[in-house]
Amino acid sequence: MTLRTEPVTVNIGPQHPSTHGVFRLRVTFDGEVIQEVEPVFGYLHRGSEKLAEERTYSQVITLTDRLDYVASMTNNQAYVLALEKLCHVQPAERGLYLRVIAAELQRIASHLVATGFLLQDLGAFGTPLMYCFRERERILDMFEMLCGARITHSYLRIGGVFQDAPEEFWPALRIFLHDMPPYIDEYEQLLAENEILVARTKGVGLLSQEMAIASSTSGPVLRASGVPWDLRKADPYEVYDRFDFDIPVGTAGDSYDRFIVRIQEMRQSLRIVQQAVDQLPGGTSVGKVPVRAKVPFFIRPPVGDAYAHVEAPKGELGFYLVSDGSIAPYRCKIRSPSFINLTPLKEMLIGWKLADLVVILGSIDINMGEVDR
Amino acid sequence: MYGIGVLKGMAVTLKNFLRPSFTVQYPEESLPQHPRFRGQDFVWYEERCTGCASCAKYCPLGIIRIVTDPSGVATPQGDKYKVLAFDIDLGRCMYCGLCVEGCPYDALHMGSGFERARYRRQELVIPVEELRRMPKRPSTWFRPQMETKGYDPRMGKELPWQEAGRHEAPDVEKMKERWVKER
Amino acid sequence: MESFLERNSFFSHLYRFFDAATPSWLAYLLAASVIVFVLVNGLMLFTMALIYMERRLIGRFQVRLGPNRVGPFGLLQPVADAIKILFKEDLVPVGADRITFNLAPVLFIFPVFLSLAVVPFGERYFLADLNVAVLFIMGVSGLSTIAILMAGWSSANRYAMFGAVRAVAQLISYEVPMVLSLVGVLLLVGSMSMVTIVEGQRLPLILLQPLGFLVFFMAALAELNRTPFDLVEAESELVAGYHTEYSGMKFGMFMLAEFAASVVSSAIIVTVFFKGWEGPLLPSHLWFVIKLFVVLFVLIWIRATLPRLRIDQIMAFAWKVLFPLSLVNIAATAVEVLLWPQPTTAQIWAMVGINWGVTFVSLALWSWLMGPTLRPNMPQLLRGATTGKAA
Ligand code: SF4
Ligand code: SF4
Repeated sequence: MTLRTEPVTVNIGPQHPSTHGVFRLRVTFDGEVIQEVEPVFGYLHRGSEKLAEERTYSQVITLTDRLDYVASMTNNQAYVLALEKLCHVQPAERGLYLRVIAAELQRIASHLVATGFLLQDLGAFGTPLMYCFRERERILDMFEMLCGARITHSYLRIGGVFQDAPEEFWPALRIFLHDMPPYIDEYEQLLAENEILVARTKGVGLLSQEMAIASSTSGPVLRASGVPWDLRKADPYEVYDRFDFDIPVGTAGDSYDRFIVRIQEMRQSLRIVQQAVDQLPGGTSVGKVPVRAKVPFFIRPPVGDAYAHVEAPKGELGFYLVSDGSIAPYRCKIRSPSFINLTPLKEMLIGWKLADLVVILGSIDINMGEVDR
Repeated sequence: MYGIGVLKGMAVTLKNFLRPSFTVQYPEESLPQHPRFRGQDFVWYEERCTGCASCAKYCPLGIIRIVTDPSGVATPQGDKYKVLAFDIDLGRCMYCGLCVEGCPYDALHMGSGFERARYRRQELVIPVEELRRMPKRPSTWFRPQMETKGYDPRMGKELPWQEAGRHEAPDVEKMKERWVKER
Repeated sequence: MESFLERNSFFSHLYRFFDAATPSWLAYLLAASVIVFVLVNGLMLFTMALIYMERRLIGRFQVRLGPNRVGPFGLLQPVADAIKILFKEDLVPVGADRITFNLAPVLFIFPVFLSLAVVPFGERYFLADLNVAVLFIMGVSGLSTIAILMAGWSSANRYAMFGAVRAVAQLISYEVPMVLSLVGVLLLVGSMSMVTIVEGQRLPLILLQPLGFLVFFMAALAELNRTPFDLVEAESELVAGYHTEYSGMKFGMFMLAEFAASVVSSAIIVTVFFKGWEGPLLPSHLWFVIKLFVVLFVLIWIRATLPRLRIDQIMAFAWKVLFPLSLVNIAATAVEVLLWPQPTTAQIWAMVGINWGVTFVSLALWSWLMGPTLRPNMPQLLRGATTGKAA
């Protein structure tokens, strides 16, 4: 006797515990095995690009906060870089260093969130997530010292940062730099060798090097596939060429590599922050050295266009600005890494099981604010 | 051998089990805030405000509504207009602080509170009377002069309008003089 | 009758009390009812204690406070939860099979109580001393699989169906190593009665049966749907698994039964592997409770630490690791029992040494053998996968 079976179509999301926001996948299963995937986007579309056309250049900074809301600093950075290119503004030196410190701290925070939620998707009942959030909390406290906000920073301004770091920021940062490496060791002890985690992630969601390049992924997803591509090295912006750091690269391109690459990147970011603190012009004294070039608030860039990209925690984040000489951008195009990293999703998912779906999605580390913009 | 990684992980959780908790019991105890914290209750010094509406112009969302009386009845005294309405719609505010950045006279400051939840949206709008009444505990965000003075809104001390500015507060008499002279 | 009364002091007290006023058959019935009442409510109390412990301790494991609002130290939290659940609207989805849907929670909770009947919870304190108690427990606990299947199937929800199908595969597979791991114990003790198992332990059996304990413990975790085997209700994959569509008190019954099952399973583990109620100085029920809470603590600790496995890995783990390991355990124990039918103390310690040796060797061997197969396979469709409806 043959059993008659039929594939089942399940809607995963937009309301689902592990789609990282309002992401919807129409998945056809054969038993537990994924046969067909159709991602559906747009539940969080807020029209950021269009809204940007109705804001002045400085006001757009607040919009960029809301793209990838766990990594606002780097969003600010990419936009401000594009704007500076457009206006030919030379930012203040100390401001650049403060930007680097903020951006690298933000990278650590974002990777902590990614790691924590990957483990949450694996079913670890929140414990690694809480550990990651404990450390992230300290970074957010430091951001609060810098700019008065924890999530939506709007810290960067054209020509530098809005204000110098307060006195108490520097001791806090020093303690953090001292405390963080043992915590990272602890995550590695808790997670990296755990047989269950290894069994769940190793070899799962393979992304070959060619496929990763062909679908123009970037960030940890690309590096885990064995491509040493990091904009901080490949196209050094700001002052990144003055620091000494390594790019962790994976070998297999599976979920485990993506996870390990993130952990390694946290260590590299700590190195960069340490170097930035050492090289900081003006040292840790407050308000002696300007952090912001003199630029009017309602700036009118010359007619033209500019593209700038940064290595955001999730990949290459680019802003393309077109100016028609008015106080608002004529066009503001955002190349968001989360969205483009989803390109090979189908290839990564088909043939795997339902339980792998959440792991693969978690290891890509998307942020719906950025995917839907 | 399998199982060792699992045991190592369990050792880590046991170690953390013995650590003190990093969360706090909120309403009784709250986490310390930095004086720069961009809080919810805006602080507005009527004495410093000239009614120039720069703040309204800087706000990306356009949620500050200012009505001044430039004509006829109440003519400007010095550089100042009489402010009839100054409503901030907190329901849409994102606490970016650009309005504070835009105020040239240091009349508007971010607040330091974070407990302004209300049941109805209309109650989230801060009208001018409430702004006048509200305790003046400004955040030091974008106000380096307060930071150098070491002002901390959490200390419970209110900051009088004379001390809030980068420069001396505009003196009405002097302004009038200058206004007349420059004519 | 008399010997039973002698062995069961809890029962005999009650029986004598009722016997004074009523005919003996009624006294028997009344005494039994009182014990059932005490047991059921005692189990509920322990379940509430477990819920409270679980939430507080997981809070501590996660370096946070945990619920501490309701009552002193949040002790009344389970009560508050229960009241909240009672007042929730009871929804039955359109398209659900109403009878099955309503029956499932009841069917799920009742094997838990049944298996409690044979667990001795103190010296001469038990409800029934079945001479096939181990078989009874195994047989009864298999019932919950049907309840889960009923719940998942009748909900007319695909997540629930996934959960139910997973449950059937997983729970039935884990019954096998669970039963087999107890065979070593039975060989050593020579009885299936829980009371005799406790009394027959000269050393706590965990020392004599480390491999059997490991297999039983993991199989019990799987039977209880706790991490790392909780994929029946894997919330990050299946939302809530088989009880996705349940709300109100029906949902509450599922939760209650799951926690109560944890308590009962821990009680069985304590009885079989930790010498049950026996211990020096303290009264026997207190020893039982202490041991019970230690086992529960380990359960919670595991839940707070480990991520979950995937369905094929779980099945592989049951059939390729636990099943052969339990066979190894049976073989080793059988040889020992054959060699030393009436072991002296020295021989018992020799058995302990041999069994631990066997445990480590077989674990190492299986790690080495099973290492590659436990890892996931390459996906068959990675290259040349059809990318949607291009044509
Ligand atoms: S904080 Fe930002 S959004 Fe709020 S009123 Fe000021 S400028 Fe507008
Ligand atoms: S608060 Fe400042 S910016 Fe706003 S109207 Fe008054 S003076 Fe002008």
